[in-house]
Amino acid sequence: MIVIAKELVKQLLKKPFTNLFPAKYAPKSIKQFLRDAKEGKVKLNPPVVVPPNFRGKIEYDEKKCIRCKLCTRVCPAKALEYVEKENIIKYHLFRCAFCGQCVDVCPTGALKLTKEFLLAGYKKD
Amino acid sequence: MKKIADTGNEQNSFTFCVGPVHPALKEPLQFTFKIEGERVKKVDFMLSHVHRGIEWMGTRRNPIQIIYLAERICGICNISHPFAFCRAVESVAGIEVPPRAEYIRTINAELERIHSHLLWAGIAAHELGFDSVLHYILKARERVLDIIEYITGNRITKGIMMIGGVRRDISKKQYRKIIEAMEYYKKQVKKISDILLKDHVVKARTINTGILSKADAIKLCAVGPTARASGVKRDVRQDEPYAAYKYLDVEAITPATIGKETRGDVYDRTLVRLAEIRQSVNIIVECLKSMPEGKIAYEDKIPKLLAELKSVEGEGIGRHEAPRGEVLHYIKLIGNETLFSWKVRAPTYANLLSWVPMLLGAQIADIPIIAASTDPCLSCTNRAVITKHGKHVVIDHEALHELSVKKTLALRKVKHD
Ligand code: SF4
Ligand code: SF4
Repeated sequence: MIVIAKELVKQLLKKPFTNLFPAKYAPKSIKQFLRDAKEGKVKLNPPVVVPPNFRGKIEYDEKKCIRCKLCTRVCPAKALEYVEKENIIKYHLFRCAFCGQCVDVCPTGALKLTKEFLLAGYKKD
Repeated sequence: MKKIADTGNEQNSFTFCVGPVHPALKEPLQFTFKIEGERVKKVDFMLSHVHRGIEWMGTRRNPIQIIYLAERICGICNISHPFAFCRAVESVAGIEVPPRAEYIRTINAELERIHSHLLWAGIAAHELGFDSVLHYILKARERVLDIIEYITGNRITKGIMMIGGVRRDISKKQYRKIIEAMEYYKKQVKKISDILLKDHVVKARTINTGILSKADAIKLCAVGPTARASGVKRDVRQDEPYAAYKYLDVEAITPATIGKETRGDVYDRTLVRLAEIRQSVNIIVECLKSMPEGKIAYEDKIPKLLAELKSVEGEGIGRHEAPRGEVLHYIKLIGNETLFSWKVRAPTYANLLSWVPMLLGAQIADIPIIAASTDPCLSCTNRAVITKHGKHVVIDHEALHELSVKKTLALRKVKHD
C-alpha cells in the first residue's frame, strides 16, 4: 500500500510515460493540419525514436533487382509477388509481417528495411 | 449452454456459465459452474472455439517461412515457439548450433520470460482490482520491450530465430544497455514484490485461494510456474538443459527453494513468477559475461540452408521452457520443400485441467483471479450468463470484475475497522 502510494504520488510530478501521436486529437482536415504545422501554427509531437536496424516497411529498388525471386520463396506472408507482365516484384504492404527475411536473402540489396511503422490500410493487397 | 446433471440440493444450486469467452482470458473458452450460494460445487469447461489451422498452414510452407508462422502462434511466447520449432528441425537435420548463437537464444528467451511474467503480474493486479498497480507494472515492462526492440528490431515479434542459429548478433556496444536494464529490473522486481506480496489485502485475496495440491499437479500434468508453485520441481531448463542452459546452473524455482512454505495457491504462483524474473535477470547477466565469440548461424546463406533441408527425412521433437511452461513441437520431414506434418503442444493446454481442483469450492468473486493465475493464453468475449430457476441473468465482464473489486474493497475495510 505505502510503496505503491509513494510511487503514484511521484508519478503525479512526471510527464505521461506513453509515446504520443503527432497530434493529440484527430484533426478535421489532415491537409489543413499539415499546412498549419508547416507554418508553425500548430505544434507536432516529435516522432517516436526507433533503434537502428528497426524492422519497418520494406523498400524495393527495381533497378538493383535481378529478378532471382529468392525473396518470394522465403516470404512467410506471401507479401512479395513476382508480376510476370511488368517484370517486377510487387510488395503487398498490408500482408507483410515485417520479419525482414526478404532483406536478408536478397543478393543485391534491392530490398531495404525502413523505419516507417505507422501504417494502416483496409485491404490486404 | 451445457447443462450439468443436478445432484440433490436442487433448490439452492444453479448453473453458472462463463464464456464461451471469459474476462480473465484472451481466447474463447466456456466454463460451466454449479453454484451453491457463493461456492463453486462443480466445474466443467469446453474449449477449441478458436482453431486457426496454423499447423495446416505450416504444411504448405518451407521451414524458414514456418519460423515466422510459429512466432505468430502466440503474441507473448514468440521466441518460445520458433525456438522449439528450430530445435525440432535441427534435431532431424543434425544441425549443430554455434555456441554464441546458443547464448543469444538464451538471452532472448529470458527477456521474453521477464516481459511475460511482468505482464502477468499486472493482469493479476487488475483482476484483484488494483488498476494503479497494473499501470505501474506495465510501465516497468516498457524497459524490457525497448531492449528487445534494440536487439531484435521489433518490440513484440522478435524475428531473431533461424534454423541453426540466430539472425542478429548482440554487439559489445549493446551489452551496456542490456546490463543497465537488468540492474533496473533487480530494483524494480523488489518493489513489485513489496507491492504484491506484502500487501495485506492481496494476501487475503490470494493465500489459500485456488489451491492445486502437488499430487493433483502431477496427476493433471501441470507445467511451468503452475506446477512449480505446487512444489513440483520441474523445468526443462533444469531437467534437460539445452542451448546455453547447458553451461549455466538453472534450478527450477518452487516456493521451497526460496524458503517459503508451499501451499500451491494463487499467492505461491505470484511468488514463483516474481522469483523467476529475478532468475532470468541473473541468467542474462551471466550469459553476457560468459558469451564466447564466433559464428551466430550454422549457415548464413538461406538458399543453401533451404536446399539442404529439402533433402532431409525424419521426425523430430523440440522442447523449450516457455514462460508458461514446457512447449513442445513435433515435425516430420519427408524430403520435400514443405513439412509433412507439424504438431504444437503449447503449455496452457497442459495447464487447463488444473483449473478444476483450483476452482472447486472457490467463491464466484475469486473466479477471475484463479482463472488468470495459470496465465492462460486463451481469448475472450465479455459476458457470462447465469440461469437461476429458469430465468437468465446476464453478467458481463464488467459485472464480474466489479464483484472481484468489491471483495477487495470489503477486505480492506475489515482491516481498517
Ligand atoms: S519483411 Fe517478411 S513478410 Fe514482409 S515482405 Fe519481407 S519476407 Fe515478406
Ligand atoms: S531477392 Fe532481391 S534481387 Fe532477387 S528478386 Fe527479390 S528483390 Fe530482386
